[in-house]
Amino acid sequence: MTQTNRTDSPLSQPLHQLRDRIASGAVDPRQFLNDLLTRIEQFNPSLRAYIAVDRERVQAELAERLAKGPRGRLFGVPITVKDNICVRGEQTTCASRILQGFRPPYDATVIERLAREGAVIIPHANMDEFAFGSSTENSAVGVTRNPWDPSRVPGGSSGGSAASVAADLAVAALGSDTGGSIRQPAALCGVVGMKPTYGRVSRYGLIAFASSLDQIGPITKDVTDCAELLSVLAGNDPRDSTSAPTAVPDYLAALNKPVTGMRFGLPKEYFIEGIDPEIQRAVEEAARVLESKGMKRVSVSLPHTQYAVATYYVVATAEASSNLARYDGVKYGYRGAGSSLLEMYEHTRAEGFGRESVRRIILGTYVLSHGYYDAYYLQGLKVRTLIKRDFDDAFKECDVILTPTSPSAAFKIGEKLNDPLQMYLSDIFTISANLAGIPAMSMPCGFTSSGLPIGMQLLGPSFEEARLLQVGRAYEQATEWHTRKPSLQAAEARN
Amino acid sequence: MAVLGEQDVQHVARLARLAIPPAALSPFAQQLNEILDYVRQLQSVPTQGVGPTSHPLSLSNVMRPDLVQPSTVAQDVLAEAPARHGQLFKVPKIIDV
Repeated sequence: MTQTNRTDSPLSQPLHQLRDRIASGAVDPRQFLNDLLTRIEQFNPSLRAYIAVDRERVQAELAERLAKGPRGRLFGVPITVKDNICVRGEQTTCASRILQGFRPPYDATVIERLAREGAVIIPHANMDEFAFGSSTENSAVGVTRNPWDPSRVPGGSSGGSAASVAADLAVAALGSDTGGSIRQPAALCGVVGMKPTYGRVSRYGLIAFASSLDQIGPITKDVTDCAELLSVLAGNDPRDSTSAPTAVPDYLAALNKPVTGMRFGLPKEYFIEGIDPEIQRAVEEAARVLESKGMKRVSVSLPHTQYAVATYYVVATAEASSNLARYDGVKYGYRGAGSSLLEMYEHTRAEGFGRESVRRIILGTYVLSHGYYDAYYLQGLKVRTLIKRDFDDAFKECDVILTPTSPSAAFKIGEKLNDPLQMYLSDIFTISANLAGIPAMSMPCGFTSSGLPIGMQLLGPSFEEARLLQVGRAYEQATEWHTRKPSLQAAEARN
Repeated sequence: MAVLGEQDVQHVARLARLAIPPAALSPFAQQLNEILDYVRQLQSVPTQGVGPTSHPLSLSNVMRPDLVQPSTVAQDVLAEAPARHGQLFKVPKIIDV
């Protein structure tokens, strides 16, 4: 596989560098945006990282920012947004037929926060329909390809966001993470992705999948960018009653703190049979790098790890089946034919939802139904308590936990599509953080012998994102994985 | 625990207001049974005296000031309707007379 260094192209520069250069006048934001849009137009037909990009609309937004400001900390910087985050007046469809043509009448809080800092919004990145999936193959508009190898998936569900950042079709992007949907694609595409603590970032305007698990977070080219974006996104929102009133610390200040004396825990349940040996080796090597920075290795145990995927598929599908009840063909989106109301509902939903969505709605409806509720849903919520306690106990022994993000590197398109259980198991290392509500970040830590990116995951106690950024930045300064770039020639040749 | 048959899938789909074509019932039933088999391992976890976690935060009764704010959203919302009648959402006939 061919790799080029990021310094080759101005489009490769991380957000913080671009922002500084725009502010100093070294980069003309109009020229930069024009070059970025041209690159999107060149490579998106083969990569399909975006659903669609409206050049005129994006350029008009930049013109407005340049004329009126605000000249905030993201002034003139384009930010790509996943298709389940509402942007006023712009088609927001969750990559689903059932939301075809839907133009939200309001902006998500995260969009307002980005705009308040002068960012230019680029809607919308491709995803698995309603965020149901780990490969972006469940999108109604087509599969996103992995920029490192176009015959492979980018991961999912935020596959479009991760692929666009990796391929320099985006400066930085927003994703959403319910069971790993930011971290797993970040790992498979070789970029940084963080799921913040549940409640850290407002969910207002994020189209709901599983309301007790969903969180919006950044996907970026490096850890500094992750801190920059999180600083803008984090904070309490009166419109989301599940957003936390906890004060937001200075994430950028955390980046330069030494990690000497801090402890990282390696949970034995995450280094098991079935994990790709190359990934295991890369994470073990990362542990040695952290030790060389003065951190102390400790062994921890998360004994209920083996139940995480099962717990997740009960809790998440139950919540999804009730959240998706709102798509009935009455208020917005697609409507099927029918001479009675019931017939109209049934056709709208059967024709509007893709196969994985139907599967999850049926599963969720079943586990919530009379006679099965206690055995599945209630039991799932109790095991969730045990999983949460595992982390509480582990964080008495260590400051952060280090694991692989995914048990394998990017898999082939089609490989797991007809085997939903195998697809679900690809989230085995990421799901627990959502169940426990804790923050977790994936970052590049190596490559397989065939040139595919490997990601490692750092987990911390609730509201300790700063700690993940601190350790992540220390690791990044000692390594150069994050500077490698895929060559898009192969992707283009397929087009 | 009971195995999910095609009839059961049909029934649950009905509850969820989904019309499943007959040809799709068998593959769905097979996949759902595989997933349920896997999920059933939860029942072996001892959870006596363990409370359910429906939510990771311990927030309760979150309030905000009840202030009157201008809203112009009604027209925008109605504009998204697949069918409307003036200020109303239009749907197929519900009651036969």
